[in-house]
Amino acid sequence: MADVVVKTEKVVKEYRMGTNVLRALDGIDLEILSGEYISLMGPSGSGKSTLFNMIGALDLPTAGKVFIDGQDMGQLSQSQIAWFRCHRVGYIFQSYNLLHVMTALENVTLPMIFAGLSTSERRDKGAELLEKVGLGERTHHRPDELSGGQRQRVAIARAFANGPSIILADEPTANLDTVIGREIIDLIKELNVDQGVTVISATHDLKMLDVSDRIVDIRDGLVERIRNRDEIEIQVGEVGGH
Amino acid sequence: MQQQTRGTIGQQIELPFMESVRISFQSLMIRFGRSVITTAGITLGIAFLVSVLVNNEVTVAMKESGSKQEITTLEEEEAPGITMKDKWLIIMSLIVCVVGIANSMLMAVTERFQEIGTMKCLGALDRFVVRLFLLESGFQGLAGALIGALIGCFGSLLLGLKDYGLDLFFYFPLLPVLDEQPARFGVLLIILAGCVLGMILSVIGAAFPAWRAAKLPPAEAMRTEV
Ligand SMILES: Nc1ncnc2c1ncn2[C@@H]1O[C@H](COP(=O)(O)OP(=O)(O)OP(=O)(O)O)[C@@H](O)[C@H]1O
Ligand SMILES: [Mg+2]
Repeated sequence: MADVVVKTEKVVKEYRMGTNVLRALDGIDLEILSGEYISLMGPSGSGKSTLFNMIGALDLPTAGKVFIDGQDMGQLSQSQIAWFRCHRVGYIFQSYNLLHVMTALENVTLPMIFAGLSTSERRDKGAELLEKVGLGERTHHRPDELSGGQRQRVAIARAFANGPSIILADEPTANLDTVIGREIIDLIKELNVDQGVTVISATHDLKMLDVSDRIVDIRDGLVERIRNRDEIEIQVGEVGGH
Repeated sequence: MQQQTRGTIGQQIELPFMESVRISFQSLMIRFGRSVITTAGITLGIAFLVSVLVNNEVTVAMKESGSKQEITTLEEEEAPGITMKDKWLIIMSLIVCVVGIANSMLMAVTERFQEIGTMKCLGALDRFVVRLFLLESGFQGLAGALIGALIGCFGSLLLGLKDYGLDLFFYFPLLPVLDEQPARFGVLLIILAGCVLGMILSVIGAAFPAWRAAKLPPAEAMRTEV
């Protein structure tokens, strides 16, 4: 039995807009095991990105707790949270979020600067990562000189910069066409298997289903159900038949 | 790619100062076009302020030299120092300067909220983000203000030449005369003050929004759209 990497306990997130309070997460209990590929699915506005932000320490829950490797994230200092984001997690976003003033290589090595690596270490490791995602020839191009799929590859290389144990991907294929989206999913899956990292991905993309170990359906800020891969396979067939 | 040993959470390290200088400088150079526009805001403000101040110095100096060829109004003739009108102009130019610079920096930082959020996702400390923006705005402020001060000074010089002819050069108030009442600062000191003021205003103008953005949780910062 693998270790629990991520555990959420009754996580609630409320957004306050004037006098209105919107409950985006309504008490999420979830356990994610080391090395798993998890997909968070659910309709738009169901709270996937909000949960993503809570797990990745990108925002604070209104109530409840998030544990990573048994550590209560609410107890960490600012400096520890920065360290956590730098070393433990790799983030992949729908809109890539690359720094457009930096080349592919500089984007990939930025987290390594924050981790204190020397210039030569950064260059070697950055080049190796870009090679791995199939962009060995594009290291000195800036994001606006790359296609959407290539940008997302840079973002994936960047996410792996400091050897994270968790990859968080929020709709990584939403801005890409089917074929390129498939390639990105395969790349993430490949790294998931090779590196043994845990992948947590929010998605609408049904292509994501057959690489996922488990699927967590989110609805109205709650976990509606959790399906295993074997339960999914039948449903993928159904989807294909539409 | 090595996996971290599990369990322990470390403290994030401080980056060497020169690394911040390098990144901020690179960031300025690469978005050169955008930097120039922001800097132009600073340049204009300081140019206006410096030209008003220098003009003032020149007028006073020329009056004292007794070379009053230009038709002057009565009130100017009475007052040896700074007139109400001049005071008004100086205050106006200061306001233009402060508002212009604050506005340029606010715009320049706000359009980069997503970048700030992203850097925090990658492990940047709040104070690193703030320092980056302080450095950038410091470079920009200094460059913009220096250019502005020179333009403003040059403009006033031309104006003075038109009014007083070559006499201007004999009595040019380059150096401060502090033992006079009211004290006169001289053009060099005004240029220096313009540079310092431009730099300070631009650093303050950037520091406030940058600090606010750096304090935000990254999720919030990245949501902000301009
Ligand atoms: N910063 C915020 N301020 C106010 N409301 C927010 C904020 N972020 C999210 N919400 C609201 O919380 C709810 C959940 O949003 P969330 O972004 O988590 O949905 P999602 O499942 O990711 O949707 P999508 O599939 O469209 O990305 C939505 O109703 C959204 O409007
Ligand atoms: Mg979302």
